[in-house]
Amino acid sequence: MTDANYLNAEYSLRSWFFTTDHKRIAILYFASLILFFFIGGAAATAIRIELATPQADLVSSDMYNRLFTMHGIIMVWFFLIPSIPNTLGNFIVPLMIGARDLAFPRLNLLSWYLFMLGGTVTLFTVLAGGIDTGWTFYTPFSTLYSNSYVAVAVTGVFISGFSSILTGLNFIVTIHRLRAPGLTWYRLPLFIWSLYATSIILVLATPVLAMTLVLIAVERLLGVGIFDPAIGGDPLLFQHLFWFYSHPAVYIMILPGMGVINELISCFSRKAVFGYKFVAWASLAIAAVGFLVWGHHMFVSGQSLLASLVFSFMSFVVAVPSAIKVFNWTATLHKGSIHFDAPMLYALAFIGLFTIGGLTGLFLACLAYDVHATDTYFVVAHFHYIMVGGMVTAYFGGLHYWWPKMTGRLYSEYWARTAAVLIFFGFNLTFFPQFVLGAEGMPRRYHVYPPEFQVWNVLSSGGATILAVAYLLPLFYLGYSLFFGARAPANPWNAPGLEWQTPSPPPEHNFDQQPIVTRPPYQYSPDFKAEPQNA
Amino acid sequence: MPETRAFAPQFVSGRHRDEAAALGMWVFIATEVLLFGALILGYFVYRHLHPAGFAAASSRTDLVIGTANTAILLTSSFAVAWAVEAFSAETRKFCATLLACAIGLGIAFLVLKSFEYRSEYREHLVPGIDFKFDPVHVDGAQLFFLFYFVATGLHALHMMIGIAVLGVMALLINRTPSARHRTALHSAALYWHFVDVVWIFLFALVYLPGRAA
Repeated sequence: MTDANYLNAEYSLRSWFFTTDHKRIAILYFASLILFFFIGGAAATAIRIELATPQADLVSSDMYNRLFTMHGIIMVWFFLIPSIPNTLGNFIVPLMIGARDLAFPRLNLLSWYLFMLGGTVTLFTVLAGGIDTGWTFYTPFSTLYSNSYVAVAVTGVFISGFSSILTGLNFIVTIHRLRAPGLTWYRLPLFIWSLYATSIILVLATPVLAMTLVLIAVERLLGVGIFDPAIGGDPLLFQHLFWFYSHPAVYIMILPGMGVINELISCFSRKAVFGYKFVAWASLAIAAVGFLVWGHHMFVSGQSLLASLVFSFMSFVVAVPSAIKVFNWTATLHKGSIHFDAPMLYALAFIGLFTIGGLTGLFLACLAYDVHATDTYFVVAHFHYIMVGGMVTAYFGGLHYWWPKMTGRLYSEYWARTAAVLIFFGFNLTFFPQFVLGAEGMPRRYHVYPPEFQVWNVLSSGGATILAVAYLLPLFYLGYSLFFGARAPANPWNAPGLEWQTPSPPPEHNFDQQPIVTRPPYQYSPDFKAEPQNA
Repeated sequence: MPETRAFAPQFVSGRHRDEAAALGMWVFIATEVLLFGALILGYFVYRHLHPAGFAAASSRTDLVIGTANTAILLTSSFAVAWAVEAFSAETRKFCATLLACAIGLGIAFLVLKSFEYRSEYREHLVPGIDFKFDPVHVDGAQLFFLFYFVATGLHALHMMIGIAVLGVMALLINRTPSARHRTALHSAALYWHFVDVVWIFLFALVYLPGRAA
């Protein structure tokens, strides 16, 4: 009935677990990430339930430490960082650039196995009793004072880091070497530009984290003070090394999201992205400047005032390319023929939420205000606006946009729009009150708080309920579409990108004939069908 | 019998595949530079903080073995570079021999290194486990030896991987009657040279600080 494609080529378990097809590996990642997303989400749910009342009623303070640590570790390293690159990126990059696979397919599979190994080791710490240091592993919490499974958790993150590095390496080589004939750099879809910038960060920042984690493990095993001040170490050095990775890691999380938004905004306003070259280079500028701002996590840690001033200035600088993107998306909408399909709703939500997250980031980049806001819920709200409001929203948008291509099925537009709207309201209700709480001085990482904060906390927990339901919804209607959804045509959105020129789902080797590109991307108007991208 | 298609379907030619492989190796080395870079940064922070302790501890290292190992490693890199330069379908046996020489030198390096570790263990210079340093209260001496063991240990691990890679390359080019493994050989050589360059940095950081005139 249907043509041969990558899904029906073979059905054995072996054909999935030993596949080197980038599309199947993307599906493997997708399934694993759903698991990790709901484990991390369960921890967040427990946190929000506990915080509904000022006193402790659900968990002990020690248990609470373990909950938010596990929430952070799982969500950062086992959901956000691999989310768009390893699922959507793995699936779409070769299709978008007219290639038959990534440059190193076996390395791609190895990357998934390393990811699963790291994830299993990390989940083992949950079963063994958890880890209580916070996701940042700050010393001396993680060395002197922690009696939990720090070394095991650190090993899990260390292993998953190599998965990140291999993915980044694979993307860099693929984007350099495997573009279809005629697909010059300035004809690349902007999704590719942002994944390229992401990959550079993955390759250059992750090894620094790896070495830092090795040193923590050595310190714990040998009892020699590298980072622990009580035995002669320097905790600031740990923070410098950690944030040298972990601040660029924020851009690992948001750049792919920005890339997805370009595709969605242009498709559903039927216009080319405004200022293509600026958006493309803004990705690389964010990647480059993003390496020079890590010290803004340490304004109150005792680094020199001069260093703080420089880092504050650089943090303002890195906001410029991000703002360029937001302005250019807005300009793309201008006089566009806007369609409010579900992916577009996610894209519009992204622009609003990312702007709030970005602007509050500027508050925190100010030395004076940051002293007031450090370790309060203001910071928590800020980075959740970027990571959840930004990245997760973009992930869902991209998932809906490419779902017909990945699965060959159409989902229910009604339910998809409902979920998008619910996510937007649930998210804002959860996290906007946390700005207020933070500005009023409620510190993060405590499970009890003064009663006057309760109203905002109840609002936040109520919003989290809506958000949880909204995040569960796609599981049902997307799952339903897999079995009962209408068959998707090759190009349901009438988009000109190369990935829409193959059948849905694509055949095993993507393209029967090598596509040749003759035009820039995003040729939506006046009538792209007469002249698709691969003329 | 025509040779089977020697490159995967995502490439259009053997040359295309080789270019991708070469770029992949360079990107991998960039990752490795940052890995060692973080460690060396830590070293400099503490050397800046405890100059006397680092100098005193460094003077306890074995300069003779360190220098001999530097010479051994540079010679092995020369053999590998020669193998890359000389490689062709006709000279592949000779190149395999050169690689075998490099492997032998690499093993010699590791043997000497293990003698060095053993004498340091006997002199109670292993941080955390058995560390006694005279004068006792020199800050930083133990940190120096910690970085020494982590850095040289990590380097030795890279050496072992490199020896295995060169071994596989020697077998491959010995067996295959063509020059099709040129890029693989080139990548393996890049890795070996990288490990060599790391050692040159480590040599200066480990053996020289306490020995300035």
